[in-house]
Amino acid sequence: MENEAGALSRVAGLFSARGYNIESLSVAPTEDPTLSRMTLVTVGSDEVVEQVTKHLNKLIEVVKVVDLNDGCHIERELMLVKVRAQGQDREEIKRLVEIFRGCIIDVTDKSYTIELTGTSSKLDAFLETMEKSAVLETVRTGASGVGRGDWILKV
Amino acid sequence: MSVEITGAEITVRCLQEEGVNCIFGYPGGAVLFLYDELFKQEKVRHILVRHEQAAVHAADGYARSSDQVGVALVTSGPGLTNAVTGIATAYMDSIPMVIISGQVPTEAIGLDAFQEVDTVGITRPCVKHNFLVKDVAELALTIKKAFYIASTGRPGPVLVDIPKDITQHKTKFVYPDKVTMRSYNPVVKGHVRQTKRAADLILSAKRPVIYSGGGVILSDASTQLIELTKLLNYPCTNTLMGLGGYPATDKQSLGMLGMHGTYEANMAMQYCDVLIAVGARFDDRVIGNPKHFSNENRKIIHIDIDPSSISKRVKVDVPIVGNVPDVLKELIKQLKENKTKSDQSALKDWWKQIDLWRARDCLKYDRESKIIKPQMVVEQLYNVTKGNAFVTSDVGQHQMWAAQFYKFDKPRRWINSGGLGTMGFGLPAAMGVQLANPKGRVACITGEASIQMCIQELSTCKQYGLPLKIINLNNRYMGMVRQWQEFFHGNRYAESYMNALPDFVKLTESYGHVGMKIERPEDVEGALKEAFKLKDQLVFMDFITDQTENVFPMVPGGKGLSEMILV
Repeated sequence: MENEAGALSRVAGLFSARGYNIESLSVAPTEDPTLSRMTLVTVGSDEVVEQVTKHLNKLIEVVKVVDLNDGCHIERELMLVKVRAQGQDREEIKRLVEIFRGCIIDVTDKSYTIELTGTSSKLDAFLETMEKSAVLETVRTGASGVGRGDWILKV
Repeated sequence: MSVEITGAEITVRCLQEEGVNCIFGYPGGAVLFLYDELFKQEKVRHILVRHEQAAVHAADGYARSSDQVGVALVTSGPGLTNAVTGIATAYMDSIPMVIISGQVPTEAIGLDAFQEVDTVGITRPCVKHNFLVKDVAELALTIKKAFYIASTGRPGPVLVDIPKDITQHKTKFVYPDKVTMRSYNPVVKGHVRQTKRAADLILSAKRPVIYSGGGVILSDASTQLIELTKLLNYPCTNTLMGLGGYPATDKQSLGMLGMHGTYEANMAMQYCDVLIAVGARFDDRVIGNPKHFSNENRKIIHIDIDPSSISKRVKVDVPIVGNVPDVLKELIKQLKENKTKSDQSALKDWWKQIDLWRARDCLKYDRESKIIKPQMVVEQLYNVTKGNAFVTSDVGQHQMWAAQFYKFDKPRRWINSGGLGTMGFGLPAAMGVQLANPKGRVACITGEASIQMCIQELSTCKQYGLPLKIINLNNRYMGMVRQWQEFFHGNRYAESYMNALPDFVKLTESYGHVGMKIERPEDVEGALKEAFKLKDQLVFMDFITDQTENVFPMVPGGKGLSEMILV
């Protein structure tokens, strides 16, 4: 989409006005600073997703819409999670972070801050393995996606 | 070397370049520099309304009755919020329009300044697009884009919000010849293979119906629609927004369909085997309950410029996205080249069935009544104007009677708020129609409730000498509300009766117009004739009509098209 003020609110407004669901939304400028790339995750029947796509295409500032589910795609989300880490737990948490291929990026004597990247379900799985009471704060970016292989979304 | 001119002058020059002859507006603090520039020139005529809602409705009526983009100019804050109803009305009916709104100076935006609102935010859901101009260097291109977006693809209102300081800043004026946008490329030509599929399906039909909507009017496709219908000898029904697209007096016309459509049109829609939808969107007032409407044995062809209209409420078998006249031309060509011929004996049987439905005479009413029947007033208006008037309406029972009883044979003659259903639309829209068609005869069919929502515009009509003929079907009720309360709420007429109505004759006279009160059926025709003889004057005819009259047929909300309540 055009990297213009208000473009994001048009997308968000479309979803709320028509009763569609935004699971997550991530957006930032691309290598061409006049363009932004947005990855939006929504749920709905094929008919609903078709309407969502058509309505997004109608927005003047939207340049191109692709349903990544139409082909193979890769998707990643970044999560920063602050957990309580004291005594014996500190080692156990370190091991878990290794298993999930995350890294600890900040440490205090009471807590770790962990950086974790993966599909949204992997991040969910990590949180499930942590004790609920140990999780102090989570920050997630929402998924970013790209088509697999040589296929590219080009304007 | 061209000299630098102010943003205000640039705005006015842009309007001149676009060939805008007439704009509707109301001044205020944020637009004073713009008004100053309008004052200094004569190419663009400004019509001063009495309320910003009316400015937008008038620009809307101007656009609907011509093929021009309507233009309205309002100030910031309340000027803009007053205009929102008009903008939403135009949006729902896809009317090409450019609204220019003043904004507080750039440096004051966001500081809760006097007469500041987030115009772009407030109007976002009811415009095709909107812009906030942040640099005078972008102003001309932005206005060019606004006209381009408003008038191409599926048309709609586009708003340009101009902060006051931008109207003072100076730059060189260059008006671009054309504009290209990488993110906006409306489809024009339909898919040829889809059109071929459509032609095959059309010729295989045994019980076909052509269902045409507002898209036919907006894209000026009436000629092609008539050619197609005549070529096939198929029946054609028009939506409320499509009236006049196919001539109502033609024998292949089934009249209007939908909630208050004719029995024959609704039955034909329900029981056809091939439905050819042209510039129509299967909305709830047209097909009723989509579950009841759906029928596996019926194939649907849908021609529309807006892909999101297709398969929105009803699953479509052959979609064709494109500009309606272009698609119809291609379709007619395909049909002529196609070796298959339609099944004439099946068609004959279908017409026989349609004639049986027609014989039900669903629009009958008591013609011997001693009280004026509203339907009779509309019929008389049709006779007196020989079907040649421009007719605007407000919203309610009178709107439906106007649609049912005035037989529109030409497009752009019937002007009403179909999608949003805006009471107060009729009078200001009629002003726009009259200004776009100075020689046309313009009637506004209204009711005593609707007319009071924008009655202040009688003052505007006086200022510009607009000789409108206002037909007030006065039943002392918000008629459509009363009808629903009678049918669905146990005759409890909650707040739908108005017991403190003004004397409309005196009210009209106080504005400097002619007022008439008509109470007997035998006086209706004479009053209408007399009113139209007063060529230069606005005449307000207050017809005291039957309070108990209801609009039939009626498809109750949530019911199927064939489940009509009949007289």
